[in-house]
Amino acid sequence: MEARLLAVDTAPVLVRDSRLSPVWDKVRTGQRLGREDGLLLFETEDLHGLGGMANFAKSRLHGDQVFFVLNRYINPTNVCVLSCSFCDFARKKGEAGAFENSIEDVLDMIKPGTREAHIVGGHHPDWPFDYFERMIEAIHAARPETQIKAFTAAEIDYFWRRWKIEPLEALTRLKKAGLHSMPGGGAEIFSRRLQKELHYTGKANADRWLEIHGIAHSLGIKTNATMLYGHIETMAERVEHLLRLREQQDKSGGFLTFIPLAYQIGDTKLVPRQTPPTDDLRTIAASRLLLDNFPHIEAYWVMIGEETASVALHFGASDVNGTLEDEKIAHAAKAASPAGLAQEQILRMIKDAGKVAVERDALYNVVKVWS
Amino acid sequence: MLAEIRAKVEGGKRLDRADGRWLLTDAPLLDLGSLAQEMRFRMHPEKQVSFVIDSNPNYTNVCITDCQFCAFYRKPGHPEAWTLTVEQVLEKVESAAKGGATTVLLQGGHNPALPLDYYMSIVRETRRRFPQVTPHFFTASEIMTMADVSGLSMPEVLTCLKTAGQTTLPGGGAEVLSERVRKRIEPKKGGPRAWLDVHREAHRQGFKSTATMMYGHVEAPDDIVDHWEAIRDLQDEHGGFTAFVPWSFKPGNTLLEKWIKTYQGPNAYLRMLAASRLYLDNFAHVQASWFSEGKRAGQVALHWGADDFGGTLFEENVHAAADYVNKTTVDEIVILIREAGFTPVQRTTDYEIIKVY
Repeated sequence: MEARLLAVDTAPVLVRDSRLSPVWDKVRTGQRLGREDGLLLFETEDLHGLGGMANFAKSRLHGDQVFFVLNRYINPTNVCVLSCSFCDFARKKGEAGAFENSIEDVLDMIKPGTREAHIVGGHHPDWPFDYFERMIEAIHAARPETQIKAFTAAEIDYFWRRWKIEPLEALTRLKKAGLHSMPGGGAEIFSRRLQKELHYTGKANADRWLEIHGIAHSLGIKTNATMLYGHIETMAERVEHLLRLREQQDKSGGFLTFIPLAYQIGDTKLVPRQTPPTDDLRTIAASRLLLDNFPHIEAYWVMIGEETASVALHFGASDVNGTLEDEKIAHAAKAASPAGLAQEQILRMIKDAGKVAVERDALYNVVKVWS
Repeated sequence: MLAEIRAKVEGGKRLDRADGRWLLTDAPLLDLGSLAQEMRFRMHPEKQVSFVIDSNPNYTNVCITDCQFCAFYRKPGHPEAWTLTVEQVLEKVESAAKGGATTVLLQGGHNPALPLDYYMSIVRETRRRFPQVTPHFFTASEIMTMADVSGLSMPEVLTCLKTAGQTTLPGGGAEVLSERVRKRIEPKKGGPRAWLDVHREAHRQGFKSTATMMYGHVEAPDDIVDHWEAIRDLQDEHGGFTAFVPWSFKPGNTLLEKWIKTYQGPNAYLRMLAASRLYLDNFAHVQASWFSEGKRAGQVALHWGADDFGGTLFEENVHAAADYVNKTTVDEIVILIREAGFTPVQRTTDYEIIKVY
């Protein structure tokens, strides 16, 4: 997506933390922020100044518009060979609560008119690559109007680990089968320390995750990116994560949206409580300011709640994801939000913030502007 | 406009109606929050947020006033109508006191069957049996009901309650202090005068009270400004208001539900709090509520001008009747305030700090 800058009301943002003044100068004049700037954004107590700068950056890209999509969450299986410490969703084969959906099951989940199907699942040790390929083909044939956003880079990497299918081949075949775009999950936090500590060493690491997104971009497959925050990571690790994404976007340019994912304590309880809403707002704002080459930053209401998501629309977020019918992963970790919202509630969340709701498809083509 | 308002706020000048309207309709939300925090920290330089350990029981749901926004009341003789005896009320006070409450906020419907002595006994016995509890009892319209049933004047009723040991009044029943709004949603409760007169007289007699506002139904920005003007003027007279407490209307199970399906969200709440902080320059405290707007929205609200987080509300029935339920503990309140970046302090009904966490 081309970053077309809109003229915004340049009323000075009220910055109370004087250390933010040089940052604001850079933001205002469109200069890139550095690592030190990033650390300051995560440290300042001037929440309004931070939000004001992010809102400025967001308004320059999208004016008052906030995007959403009518989408459906599909998890074909929760069977997973991994044991990530932060996950309440995965089950081992044969374990109580493990489920495996057939292609017919998956087709039944997609109602006519669903704009986007978001498909992610566990690393299932027995399902061959061509099962996933056939699944995408079948969805595409049955619901040509539905755009298919499927398989995180971690799952693509697992097709290599398990079946020795190179990501380039996997993505080429999936695209041919009907894949439109890729979700941004599986990035967790790009940190060797945390990979060990939280037991996700068996999963695509930072380099591999970014490499796979680069390959997708080279094939014309747009993707998203995420960051799992609010557990035991440091602010420096958050900044490092964001800078790696920015660097990759400079190279391959195919990221649409960055989605900060607030860790849900569920039963894994890496920390005693979910990170507070002020941290969510801060993270969204800092992401908007650091990721100057990403079209959108998302306020993911499933993780942070509808109220915080609505306020986040003043902190640089330009997307609220969508209706997310039947979301399972965050809800396995006891997310307090409802599993799926009516379009009416999404519109209210945007309207309460005084923004203009724009219904989009998976690739950000405008379906309808709700005024 | 922002620069003008900022200059006024920084120069300690009073905002006028046009300023107020602009804050409610046009002010950018973040700038508004920033200004409100500036004023809040000028009034309370410490990074502290206070809360009170309290309970909010009710003595009757019988009411003859038929307010359109109320899901709690039942008409006299209704099968679901109930009224507690003095002893039953005192059991509730006792249970709150056992939980550490220093405030009991007791309210009820307008029940013409209850004599003045009923109310006075509750006050007197609360003072006698639970000296650690401040009886924060009876809103303005209940005082008027007592005057009706006793044949005494409203000032005489207040004097009776004072003699029985009462020193503060809760600010409920204000809704929006505008003739137009009150006619529409609570025609039998009287215009803004009724509420204001009771608080004026109470302040004159030395009572402290709070001022509330329930917004998000049929009011327009001008009605909100009317409300602010009325309570700011009254505060200039005697200074008897301790705090301003706004909350959004919850439509569940009310007569208004037909027209108003949803309640206003967190952005409207932040705007209301911050604008109120700026407008009500003679109010020491503005309260954000973890209860009425949700815990997480309440935490964010502490950055939009509020310096108080309300009470623990061990018991609450009025919002619950509108299918809106939210619970907490003292421990959780302390954590919520800390997470938002402030030092929690426990206060009394009169906003005196009794414990720093």
